[in-house]
This record gives sequence, C-alpha cells and structure tokens, in this order.
Amino acid sequence: MFDIDKWQEIFNTISKNKLRTLLTGFSVAWGIFMLVVLLGSGYGLENGVKREFEGDAVNYLSINSGTTSKAFKGMKAGRQIQFKNDDYDLLKTLNKVSHSSTRTRIWQSNSVSYGPEYGTFDIFAILPDYKFVEATQIIKGRFLNQKDIDDFRKSIVIGRLVYEALFKSGEDAIGKYVKISGMMFKVVGVFNDPGSDRDLLRAYIPISTAQRVFNMGNNINTVQLNFEGVGAAESERIVEEIKEKLAKQHKFDPEDQRAVFIWNSIENYEKFMNLFAGIRLFIWIIGAGTIISGIVGVSNIMMIVVKERTKEIGIRKALGATPFSIVSLILQESVLITALAGYIGLVLGVGLLELVSDFLPSLDYFANPEINMNVALIATGLLVVSGAIAGYVPARKAASVKPVIALRDE
Amino acid sequence: MIVLKDINKTYYTGKTSLHVLKGIDLKINQGELVSIMGSSGSGKSTLLNIIGMLDNHDSGDFCLNDEKIEHLSEKKAAFYRNKFIGFVFQSFNLISFKNAMENVALPLYYQKVPRKLRNKSAMEYLEKMGLAEWAHHLPNELSGGQKQRLAIARALISRPKVILADEPTGALDSETSIEVMKIFKEIHASGITILIVTHEREIAAETERIIRLKDGRIESIIENGQRKKWLESQHMA
Repeated sequence: MFDIDKWQEIFNTISKNKLRTLLTGFSVAWGIFMLVVLLGSGYGLENGVKREFEGDAVNYLSINSGTTSKAFKGMKAGRQIQFKNDDYDLLKTLNKVSHSSTRTRIWQSNSVSYGPEYGTFDIFAILPDYKFVEATQIIKGRFLNQKDIDDFRKSIVIGRLVYEALFKSGEDAIGKYVKISGMMFKVVGVFNDPGSDRDLLRAYIPISTAQRVFNMGNNINTVQLNFEGVGAAESERIVEEIKEKLAKQHKFDPEDQRAVFIWNSIENYEKFMNLFAGIRLFIWIIGAGTIISGIVGVSNIMMIVVKERTKEIGIRKALGATPFSIVSLILQESVLITALAGYIGLVLGVGLLELVSDFLPSLDYFANPEINMNVALIATGLLVVSGAIAGYVPARKAASVKPVIALRDE
Repeated sequence: MIVLKDINKTYYTGKTSLHVLKGIDLKINQGELVSIMGSSGSGKSTLLNIIGMLDNHDSGDFCLNDEKIEHLSEKKAAFYRNKFIGFVFQSFNLISFKNAMENVALPLYYQKVPRKLRNKSAMEYLEKMGLAEWAHHLPNELSGGQKQRLAIARALISRPKVILADEPTGALDSETSIEVMKIFKEIHASGITILIVTHEREIAAETERIIRLKDGRIESIIENGQRKKWLESQHMA
C-alpha cells in the first residue's frame, strides 16, 4: 500500500536531518563502491591473465637447442647442439604425449611475394600437429596435413595479416601461388589467432618440403610435445627425462643448463592459475570484509538514530502514534536511505570500472574490469536488509516502551 | 468522565521498589478544571500519566469516558490518547525539526487527516494562540511562553475531551504563567475537562478543585468554595 502521507512525513524527516542521512548514506554508498571496484579489479586481473594465455595451448613443452656450457667427454664447452628429425622421433614416443610436432624457422628467406605485392614475414616449417600448440583458427581453406608432409608438397598456410598484405584486392587466396626464394608455394589456408597480431604475420610450410628445398638436411629447431593428463609436478620430471635423453643423444653433460632450453607451459599455467586463485580468494576476503564493515557501520548508525529519536518517538506516541506506525516510519526511512545510497555507490563503482576499461591503456595482466551484476545487487540488498534489521530491533523496542519512559528527560 | 478506584502503582528499580500510588479514589466530572498538587515524589505526575495512558496502573479500576481502561494494547492506548486526550508538558515536548505548524498538525496525521486539511486546521489553532506569524519557525526559535502556547495548540487540535497538563508553567516566568493559565481557563470555558499538575499555589488557586496528594494518597480535596479558606490557612501556616 502506498501511503503518500507517510512518504511525505519521511521526506520531511530526511530533509530536516541532512547530516544524519548523509552519514548513513555515505557508509552504505562507500561500502558498495569499494566492493564493486574491488571485485571489478579482481575480474580485470583474471581477464588479463587469461588473455596472456589465450591463443596458446597450456599443456605443452617446447624444447629448443642451445650451446653447451660445460666440457663433456673430451668435447669443449661452446659446442652448438643441432636437433635432427631423430630427436623428434626419440621424444614423440614419451609417455602421455598426445600430440607432437616440430617447428623450424626458415632463415634463408623470409620474403613472400604475390604479383607485385611482397613482404617479410616469419616463415616456419612445421608438422600438422603444430595446430595443437598454437591455437590457430582456420578461416579459409585448411591447415597443413600429413599428405603435404609425405608428398613434399609446396603448400603454405598464411596468417590473416599476411593475406591482407599480399592480397590487397581481397580476392580469394586459396589455390593461388605465392613466391618464396623464387619457389612457388600454393596457398591452402588462411588462419586467425586470438592472441597477438605478431602471430598473424606468420606463414607455415611443411617441414619435409622445407628441409628439401632450403637444403636443410634433417635439421629442425624446436620440438613441441603436448601432454594429456600431466600436472606441474609430473611435467618437471618429464623435463628432466627429456634432458637426459637428449644429453645421451648429443653427448652433453645432463647438468648443463645451456645445452637445451625447455619451456614448460604446464608448470607456468598452473603457477598462474594458483596465483590467480590466491588473488581471487584475497579479493573475496577483502570484499566480504568491506561488506561486513558496511553492515556494522549501517547498524551502528541506525541504532544511534533510534536512540536519538527516543524522545521524538515518545512524543509521537503521546499524540496517538501506534507502535506499528513508529516502526514502519523508521524502517521505511532507513530502507529508503540505504537503498538509494547503495544504488549511488553501485552506479559510481560501475561507472569507474567502465571509465578505466575504456580509457586505460592496455596493460599486461589487466583487461576489461567488470563486475557480476548479481553479486553487486546481492551485496546492495544485503546492506539494505541488514540496515533495516539493525534499525528494526531498537525501533521495535523504542516503540513498545511506555511513552512515559521515552519522554523522561535525560 | 474520569473515575479512579483504588489505583495502585509501584515502580521497581533493581531490587528496590517504590510504592508511588497507594489507593487513589477520584472522580472528575466532564468540564471540570482540576489541579493536582503535592510535593515532589507525592505521585502527582504518575497519576496524570496513568490517566493519560502514558503509563499503566498495577491494580484498581480506571474508567475514562465510561470505558474501562485495563490491559490496553499499545495500539488501543494510542487510539484513546489520540481521540480523548491532549497533553501539555513542562518541557513542551515539541519535535525540534518540525516547524510550529507541523508540530501542531501532528496529532491529525495520526488521525489520517489529509495534509492540506490538517495544515489548515493547525493554522487556525495557531491563530487562536496568537502564533500565526510564527507558523514556519522551529520550536527553538520561540520563547518559552510561545512554545507552551504551541504545545497547547497541539493538544487542542484533535478536539480532545480532556487536557492533561503536567507542570505547564514549571518552565515559565510568572507573567507568562498567568498568560498560560488564562488560556487554560478559556479552553475550560469551551467545555473541555482540564487536569493540571502543579506545585504552584497561585496556579492551583485558579482551578475549581484542588486535589492534594501526599505520599501516594489523597490528602485532601478542596472544592471551589473552600478555596479562599484553604488559601488563608496556608498563609497562616
């Protein structure tokens, strides 16, 4: 039931007690504002971390050769280790390997041309399963396949930005031939990558073809192994196992830190996820703390307000106010103030997040701070309800007290 | 109008108890102007509070306007207070953040009278009390006499049967006290029953009947005609 007279009475009281209203409202608005900003920033952090990993698999080891730093079995330090196809064959049979591939950069030439257009790009010779390492999305045609490898085909898959650089007219690239070092490669696919733009300035060709046409023998650069069901601890053991195997094959000291370099994405991802879980927990604890202190603040103010109004309540009762009308007057006032202030805090908090998200230059590990609206609304509701309860108990008490006691001079 | 039979009231504070009213028998007729006198602690304010249902009695019968007042719910008490009784207090008990007109109009708010109507009515009563030009002032901008007149206007606006005044002149100088008593007499002339608690003889002397309380009992009741005699005996003592 909407009682306009009662609301007039409430607005009258509010407008004549501005400081009291302001204090109550501020503590609610501040609590909500802080919560929104805090949770939003936490979410921004989460988004940022996720973005860093986007586009790459998080279950692979990437093995690169280096230069020995220790003398071993009569060989001097400073010897360059060169991986061959054999090394790949040796490593792909490891336990729990789900996919494996190699990646070899073509240094001989990095210029690609199509008609009058040309550009320099990163050209990698790979195996088809490389797609499980780099999250490439084929937007046209297909990725390299085993047939390309087996038949030494001159096939090429190009990144979206390569396509845009060479095929200015926007024509269909599939089936067209591009030139690398005077050799024609047939475009079989164009890919996109949700990660950085740098990944889109790439072209992939089959490793078998590359080794033959660029006179690379059996050389490869990097071996990539995807694993299934391997945690951080186990990945550490696998890294050691790989080092031992390669040390035996290439005759270097297994303790040599510089002979091979292994990028362990499994361990890294887990580290980040653990870190992130920690941060999230931390933010929730602070958020809960903020809400609790807000509740305490509102409760405190409501209790003082009721205490302060005891005499007024006594007067109103002497003039014919029922306990119900007293309680509902105080409660409606408190709910009105806390709800309005909570809303203001919510709007300001969300506004700040939007502003940050629009104007903040893109940072590593921080992107698109935002807040789950349900969480924000529930928090606001919680504050309103707790303010009402905190006001109800003393209001109820004050309203049931005999007016003679309420009217008594202090 | 008001009938009290063997009213008892005891206050308990911790382990000590204080028997404030020890069997009060009293009848006040409609239209009377009565004062209750007594030294402090004699129970005169307690008696007034019980009559005004601001407090309840422990035992005895209390009838107001032929209705027995017993085990009253707060809601019912509020209804009776609003309908039958107007209060005037020593410390005025005005709501400090409401202006004069809003204070006077408040009893009508609890009668659910629409805002415009109750403000209009409040203005009429303020005019009667000579406070029309102060209608939009807050209580603390008024003098003691003005505050009490404001409180009287508030007590009158609900057209009560009884006005209960607890030391209405206690906080006022003698000149203003006389002025306030004059107002009470005017109200009395319009047929409203008035009960004034006071310890000032000059105030009591203006009433038709003086009820003297001592230690929770009625010591004496002095009727209008005997007033002069009583005054003289007081002077001789």
